[in-house]
Amino acid sequence: MDMKRDYYEDIQLLDSKILWFWFLMLIAALITFPFIAPNYYVYMANYMAINVIVTVGLNILVGYTGQISLGHAGFFAIGAYGTVLLMTALHLPFLLAIIAAAFIAAFFGFVLGLPALRLEGPYLAIATLGFGMAITQVIGRWQVFGGRMGLETPDLSFGPYVLESDRQLYFLIITITFLMTLAARNLMKTRVGRAFIAIRDSDIAAETMGVNLVFYKTLAFAVSAFYAGIAGGLFAFLLGFINPSTFNFILSIYFLAFVIVGGLGSIFGSIMGGVFMTWLLLVLDKVQELPYLGAALISFSENWMTVSGLPNIASIIFGLIIVLLVVFEPLGLYGFWIRTKIYWKTWPF
Amino acid sequence: MFYQLLVSGLSFGSLYALIALAMVIIYKTSEVPNFGQGEMAMLSTFVAFTLLVTNEYSFAVSLIGAMVFAAALGMFLEFVFLRRAKDPNILSLILITLGFEMILYGVASWKWGADQKDLPFPVSDFDVINLGPAVISYLNIATLLITLALMFILFLFFKYTKVGIAMKATQQNATAARINGIRTNRILSITWAMSSMIGAVAGILLAPIATLDPNLMLEPLLKGFSAAVLGGMTTLVGAALGGYMLGVIENLFGGYVSLEFKSIVAFGIIVLVLCFKPSGLFARHYVRKV
Repeated sequence: MDMKRDYYEDIQLLDSKILWFWFLMLIAALITFPFIAPNYYVYMANYMAINVIVTVGLNILVGYTGQISLGHAGFFAIGAYGTVLLMTALHLPFLLAIIAAAFIAAFFGFVLGLPALRLEGPYLAIATLGFGMAITQVIGRWQVFGGRMGLETPDLSFGPYVLESDRQLYFLIITITFLMTLAARNLMKTRVGRAFIAIRDSDIAAETMGVNLVFYKTLAFAVSAFYAGIAGGLFAFLLGFINPSTFNFILSIYFLAFVIVGGLGSIFGSIMGGVFMTWLLLVLDKVQELPYLGAALISFSENWMTVSGLPNIASIIFGLIIVLLVVFEPLGLYGFWIRTKIYWKTWPF
Repeated sequence: MFYQLLVSGLSFGSLYALIALAMVIIYKTSEVPNFGQGEMAMLSTFVAFTLLVTNEYSFAVSLIGAMVFAAALGMFLEFVFLRRAKDPNILSLILITLGFEMILYGVASWKWGADQKDLPFPVSDFDVINLGPAVISYLNIATLLITLALMFILFLFFKYTKVGIAMKATQQNATAARINGIRTNRILSITWAMSSMIGAVAGILLAPIATLDPNLMLEPLLKGFSAAVLGGMTTLVGAALGGYMLGVIENLFGGYVSLEFKSIVAFGIIVLVLCFKPSGLFARHYVRKV
């Protein structure tokens, strides 16, 4: 059943009828979801979908190409501000604006990819981190970008239709997420994707095999930044308002956390990571409203900590998840999923 | 004007130098840039604050308490998390320290809240001495002197003590060091404790200038990191010089070019240095072999 007889069978997107079935079920579920779910969950789904885009993009860079980026909040910010400014200043239609903004982000990714040719590990981490911080600082100080006050997003319209509610946004966001994820999965099965993986495994060996390091390393950065740019553009409209403090250093770490939790080098893992961690983030944001646990935490905070600092518990839990996963399950949720699958497949052996 | 900028640049630079030293000491032994360094220092500073203000101990007692806490924290993190990672690559090590950063940040902002506090420091920031064309506050003088003293102690430590030499041996080649009877794990613990304490000194010296809140060390950490990269992540002297250079360059830029974009200089410097001299100004270039 698992035997592949030729190359095209190997690179097929869905290689069995059962997978086709589940694939169609997924599409059906995604379409019907906003009609049956309450408003807040639709908002949550939008948030998840946007984070899935960033996670997939970052995974291309970190998981598949083996480079590290602590500056993805910067690309995210470029996407968000770029889209909004292109729409308000140049009056471009939304789709054109978001794609243009994503290409601007990709250009910055390409530029950041250049030092990556000579740097590795810690040095690359600090260079990308500096980039991310610099972007936030520049945006916060330049009046074009609204300074510290931020920018309001314009109306999001397609011809005569104006998208306003989360439900209407949902279809736009989910379609884009779907296409971007599919594109990433396909990209990884092409020559380009294999070049990325070769660079991750050993860049010197890849170079001797004829992989053009300059081209593919910068390309990985550009593609990853493009994804973050698209996600940023959508995020601006999800919030309806952007300001520089949204795109801080912590956000970059969160993105990296999504990738790690999902599983390095797996698109499916990125989806799981983005969805699960966004859910966790939104739940922990209102941790004091949780039944039982919330009240206990509040009384604990009153006695030992501060109640105003309680939402920071998210930071603690995220940090713990990162550390524990890296130490005990480096493949993340995807590794967990694979092991569960194998366990049931071979049960009772 | 120039001398004034130079003097205050040196004073800030000495803080960067301390943070850079703390990072380099860990980097040389554990081969990981410790992104949690800033939050470790911040937490220790908060401990000093609590002992000093809430429990009303004297400054000396609070300082000692904070140092003990810093050392314990460093050893704890190394022992509980970093040592557990089996066969770690550089990415997972960086991630573990980023995890520390988040945990410690969360703990501090949960415990002390986001409002800004004042750490009363026995040396005043407002009384100044005239030094020819420049004025310098007592606090800045204290910062400069303490930093220099600390560097001198470190120099003596690495040159003349048994532990210091064992530490250098471990940094050069851990396996060979272990064959020669050095308990490298214990050395690693001591390294983390030492680095955490140096960071805590930087935090306590910084707190009276900045305001004490959980974001205290976020930017200084990055500056210290840039300083380390500027001087070279593998040399202690280079990292210290990098700190002073960064402080002065940054201040001159702020004075003559643009005060608004002063904090971006550091990042510009990192990217430039990394492009042209990836190992830093004062370190030998190291080429990885296959």
